[in-house]
Amino acid sequence: MGRLFAVEIIYRGIFQKTLAKNISRGIVLAAHQAGKPGISFGRYSDSPERNGIPAKSFAIVGTDQETLERGMAKYEPKEVDITITVDDTLCKGVESWAWYGLQPVNKLLKQGGTLIVTSRETPEALISMAHRKEYPYQLCIVKGTVSFSGLWVYKDDHSDVRILGTIARILPELFTLDSLKKVIQDEWHDAVKVSSAERAYERFTSTTVRPNQGNPETPYKFDLPKWHEMGEGVAIPSIPTGKQIEDPGTHAMGGYRPDRNPTFKKFSTRTMRPVVDFDTCIKCTLCWLQCPDTCFDVTPDGLYDANMQACCGCGVCEAVCPVPNCVTMINETEFRDNSSQWEAWKKDKSGYKTWLQQKIESRPERSHGFRYRGQYKEQIPEMLEIAREG
Amino acid sequence: MAQMVETLEQQHKTDETALITGSEAIAVACKLADVDVITAYPIRPYDTVMQYVSKLVSHGELDCEYIVAEGEHSQFEIVKHASAVGARVFCGSSGVGWMYAMEALTVTPALRIPMVAMVGNRALDDPGAFGVEHNDALTVRDLGWMLVWVDTAQEALDTALIAYRVAEDRRIFLPCAISCDGAFLTHSQALVKIPAQEKVNEFLPRYNRGDLLLHPDNPITVAPQVNEDWVMEIRRQNYAAMERTTAVIKEAYADFERIFGRSYGNPFFEEYMTEDADIVLMGMGTLSIPMKVAIRQMRKEGKKIGFVRLRWFRPFPAEALAKSLGRFKAVGVVDRDYSFGSPYMSGVVTHEVRTALYSAPGPKPPVLCFICGLGGREVTLPDITRMTESVYQAAEGKAQPLTQWIGLRE
Repeated sequence: MGRLFAVEIIYRGIFQKTLAKNISRGIVLAAHQAGKPGISFGRYSDSPERNGIPAKSFAIVGTDQETLERGMAKYEPKEVDITITVDDTLCKGVESWAWYGLQPVNKLLKQGGTLIVTSRETPEALISMAHRKEYPYQLCIVKGTVSFSGLWVYKDDHSDVRILGTIARILPELFTLDSLKKVIQDEWHDAVKVSSAERAYERFTSTTVRPNQGNPETPYKFDLPKWHEMGEGVAIPSIPTGKQIEDPGTHAMGGYRPDRNPTFKKFSTRTMRPVVDFDTCIKCTLCWLQCPDTCFDVTPDGLYDANMQACCGCGVCEAVCPVPNCVTMINETEFRDNSSQWEAWKKDKSGYKTWLQQKIESRPERSHGFRYRGQYKEQIPEMLEIAREG
Repeated sequence: MAQMVETLEQQHKTDETALITGSEAIAVACKLADVDVITAYPIRPYDTVMQYVSKLVSHGELDCEYIVAEGEHSQFEIVKHASAVGARVFCGSSGVGWMYAMEALTVTPALRIPMVAMVGNRALDDPGAFGVEHNDALTVRDLGWMLVWVDTAQEALDTALIAYRVAEDRRIFLPCAISCDGAFLTHSQALVKIPAQEKVNEFLPRYNRGDLLLHPDNPITVAPQVNEDWVMEIRRQNYAAMERTTAVIKEAYADFERIFGRSYGNPFFEEYMTEDADIVLMGMGTLSIPMKVAIRQMRKEGKKIGFVRLRWFRPFPAEALAKSLGRFKAVGVVDRDYSFGSPYMSGVVTHEVRTALYSAPGPKPPVLCFICGLGGREVTLPDITRMTESVYQAAEGKAQPLTQWIGLRE
């Protein structure tokens, strides 16, 4: 039997679909240059592909056809040589279907395999987000702003070829830089893209992540019931109605917190989260009314606290808030926990204000893909500069 | 006044006889079953049921929500939801109307909704035609619907009551479609014994949705999206429910006989003059009338022919039918349907019969398919004679075409 290579690309549904497809196609085509057969496929049912929901693409390559078929006979690879995460906020984990809970980003990674992440963060920041593994693996950062675009519009900022160049360096047995260069030229007819791949290859650095590094939480585990143990009629128990909230200072009960899905926490469905300035809030209710995920808890003092168990990071609250800078969307990489902002504010108002200002000032810009005409024209030169200079 | 009350009470206890159509018989069954929600959308020949139901409602004889939807899809969706919140429901359609409701028909068994529907069988368009073909109802044959064909207005009424009893049984909770041949049954009046309300009440308990009741006091979410980790288990549950239908149908017919004093014998198929038969013809629906007439005539000529009328197509009585058909030298199945490109280009019923025989332990007589009576064309006595001759040839071991079109201008 020959050798089987498997690469997984974890991406944000819709926003990064073309990017993921470009990478997995590039892998297969480059491997094919050296006579290795392969397939590239999207596991669309990993989630109904919706805006921002984590989804996966895979590239499987064998040294010969029979070896490839050994890999194809599985619904998806059970272990991979390389996991690519084209959005660094996904390092916190992957939540695609409600009952799976939060699953580690590096779950399928083999011992000694490499996690490639597109990010402007430091290795330390990303390592602390990802779950611990029992064995060491490599972390490789492809430096740059996370590339988001739409389903029909693609932001060609060279993220695809830069990641492919990185793979050629990590796993030359899969494909060489020369093979890759030829494929890029054939596919895109773009000499600048070829040079972006080359530079990524040259500037490659990686960090070893040791078993004692990373998020120490035990990933969510579940058992699937047998057919006769399941309820009939495709009916499941509903989420119960909500309860009042306790004020951490006075211990008075009041307000309303809807009960939420005990498994599906939406922690990694968002790439941004709102932070709320409770001192300037005028209690107009608009954020609470407009939130499509009912994420705002009503506090006993009539404020609205975005609950991170339910927030998808859509930004509607920021858009509808009539008070300047009262609700501000911040890149999810800025946060390490999901605790209540309102409780923090109740306990220490000036401390909270400092924390809030610091988050707002340090927020790296993010957007959900294509927002306005001309947006890519503004963003692409910056990314190409990074591709050129590192 | 006292006298009038007494008369009403008496009425509740005694059967009446009325001259009604098959469609009207179904409407009367809705009244007797005290159906809560009925939805409708006109298409011939099913629309006759609508007319009778609306009369019953306007005369104050039937107290139900009667909703005329804007199309068949909505029509079936409305009763699906009504059933989920605990209402006894009735619905129906014909031909392409049934097809337009297809998406709703698909989700109904998966959600374990005990909907009872009447299909006034009609040829699918194109060409636009009103006559009977069975392809409309047969389209749902793989989806978890119980399917039953009747041949008289009396049987239509009785079977509708039995359908509620079986569908709403907690062990089943599957929809049931009663097929009535367009024109031949939906539009012809016959004398029908209408059972007393008291008997119906004894036979048919109230619908109890139980643990699956969609209600604020029983908060459940119905039909969430799932992936490949769940679909097989959900399908397997429907398989189990369908597996249980045979026993529950038997129970219902036995109780029907006990309470109403009338018997259908074997619930699943009717045998006519088969005791000493050499060969049999087989079919569903009102085909039975010309068949029986022809058989009586041919019997006078000394031919030992019988007829088997299949009632329940789903669940298909494979074992019992194979055992019965194994007694004969050859079988001719009359298909009022088609299945283009299927094995030997035969009709749907033929395929089921052949499959039932193939895996049965007993003898396997040859099975010929006769595609006949499409679009409501009359099945004539010469047609039946021709089919019989071919089945006799097959019985004698002479090769016959496996599929023959009968009554075709050629």
